[in-house]
Amino acid sequence: MRRVNEQSILPEGAGHVQRRKRQKWRENAISALLTLNGLLAVIVVALIFGYLLRQGYPALRELGIVEFLTGSRWMPYSPNPGYGALPMILGSLFVSLAALVLAVPWGIATALYLAEVASPKVREIVKPVLEIIASVPSVVIGFLALVVVAPLVARTFGLSNGLTGLTGAIMLGIMALPTIVSISEDALKAVANDYRQAALALGASPWQTMIRVTLPAARSGIIAAVMLGFGRAIGETMTVLMATGNALAVPLKSIWGIQLPDYLTSVRTLTATIAIEGLEVAWGSLHYHSLFVLGALLFLITFSVNLLADLFLNRSVIGRE
Amino acid sequence: MGKKIVILMVAVVVVVLSGCGNNNGDGYLEIKGSDTMVNLGQQWADTYMDANSEVSLAVTGGGSGTGIAGLLNDNLDIAQSSRKITQEELDAAAQKNLDVYEFVVGQDAISVIVNDANPVAELTMDELKQIFTGEITQWAQLGWEEGGAISLYSRQSNSGTHVFFWETVLNQADWATNTMFMPGTSSIYEGVAADRDAIGYVGVAYVNHGVHAVNVGLDKTGPFIDPTIRANVDSGKYPIARPLYFYVNGKPEGAVLDYLQWVLSAEGIDVLETVGFYRNSPEYEQANANLFQALDLK
Repeated sequence: MRRVNEQSILPEGAGHVQRRKRQKWRENAISALLTLNGLLAVIVVALIFGYLLRQGYPALRELGIVEFLTGSRWMPYSPNPGYGALPMILGSLFVSLAALVLAVPWGIATALYLAEVASPKVREIVKPVLEIIASVPSVVIGFLALVVVAPLVARTFGLSNGLTGLTGAIMLGIMALPTIVSISEDALKAVANDYRQAALALGASPWQTMIRVTLPAARSGIIAAVMLGFGRAIGETMTVLMATGNALAVPLKSIWGIQLPDYLTSVRTLTATIAIEGLEVAWGSLHYHSLFVLGALLFLITFSVNLLADLFLNRSVIGRE
Repeated sequence: MGKKIVILMVAVVVVVLSGCGNNNGDGYLEIKGSDTMVNLGQQWADTYMDANSEVSLAVTGGGSGTGIAGLLNDNLDIAQSSRKITQEELDAAAQKNLDVYEFVVGQDAISVIVNDANPVAELTMDELKQIFTGEITQWAQLGWEEGGAISLYSRQSNSGTHVFFWETVLNQADWATNTMFMPGTSSIYEGVAADRDAIGYVGVAYVNHGVHAVNVGLDKTGPFIDPTIRANVDSGKYPIARPLYFYVNGKPEGAVLDYLQWVLSAEGIDVLETVGFYRNSPEYEQANANLFQALDLK
């Protein structure tokens, strides 16, 4: 849109320069604002972590980090209290990782189908249906776990009850699915068509093109999808609280002398512990501070998984260039 | 566009503000706490509201600890609790200059339940302790040869039932590591009803089809007492009976006082017994009367 120059007394050029200056100033202001927004997100995350550490510090000073990471007795309200978080750390990790093992292949396959194979009509139906899964409240998913999935797991494996790590993992896998599918699909859609056409022109079959060209090209977006799915799974509280039975045993079993994760026993996650005990803990007590340590541990787990994924991505990109 | 958002935000703030605030208005009481008592509380409230339409009561569960914490944060009128308030909680109240008063509104017998397929009918307090601390792990050790490994169902630590059972039966020893901690009484009942090898504990009002209560004895010689028989609890014979409490922040007055007096009256006791709990023993009656006198209430 060209504005009529109101300052017609001035020579044409001067007004032009002034307008250019104004425009430049505006552009700078906008980019500064965007930078500030980006920084703000980083600052907020840092503040949250700082707060968790500050509230957890009294417990760390008193008990030491080693007790939390290696102790396997969690009885904070006992006359002889124990603060070992190992069963919960393993519980959280095992359940979330198994959820990913279920959800990632399924999710990426679904995304490939939607992005590369499905007709637009099918896509318009399948995508919203998947997104409905994301909007089902976790309490409802937890209830489904109790009345449908747990009895199934119990019958399949001949257990007396189905409140196990596996039950939780199945539910979390289903919950992480919409995240993984929709972000992976966007990543696949964003791959330039030239790649596909070049591959096909070289004689690759549509299948080879999809698996060997399109999928690797969308790698960074897909990894991001998996990370967000992991975040969704490890942060989920209500569903695992209802589905896994929350026992405090260390979920390992020995097979030929090797300690392996045991998915057929009841496990407790870090999130469930915070939810159970945070409601009634006496403020400022050692128990209260120890719950913040659990929160900080959760944060660290998610953070390091994200960091690893980032490193992996950068390395593989550099390796390819 | 901007204007619309501002109007929306103002509307949200107004809605939020009108939902907050302390409900000292006489017409609305907020009652929260013990999961064991939530059905009882709702029955009481419904019956009371039928007779007093100008008052509305909101009763929710969440656990005794949750209720007491809510009382101390001053956003409740009455906390229902199935355990006595702890010294820490009283200290927290003192720090905030709150006077918390305790009334006993009835009794509950905690019933140990097993699946109906399970023939075990009698257990001693000592056997119960060994079961829940993981010393006894197989039903075969208790005489049921076909039974498998015992699966243990417990409430979570924010439950008054959990605390009472842990103090009375386990003598504060550690729970067996494979004990499952369930989010509510009904989930223990559902779990035990579905699990052949299960044992759990619930308020006596929750003993329902699919499970049965085990008779509990102090030692091998018995007698083994059935918690579902009223006379056993009234007489104080059943070893795992406990009082049920109302905690009130400050001297009860207005609608709170009126409701409390109604709960302790013959009509309130009727509801209590219909739901499946037991009336106060004479000593608790006396304790309530003493407190009423001390507070100079009728």
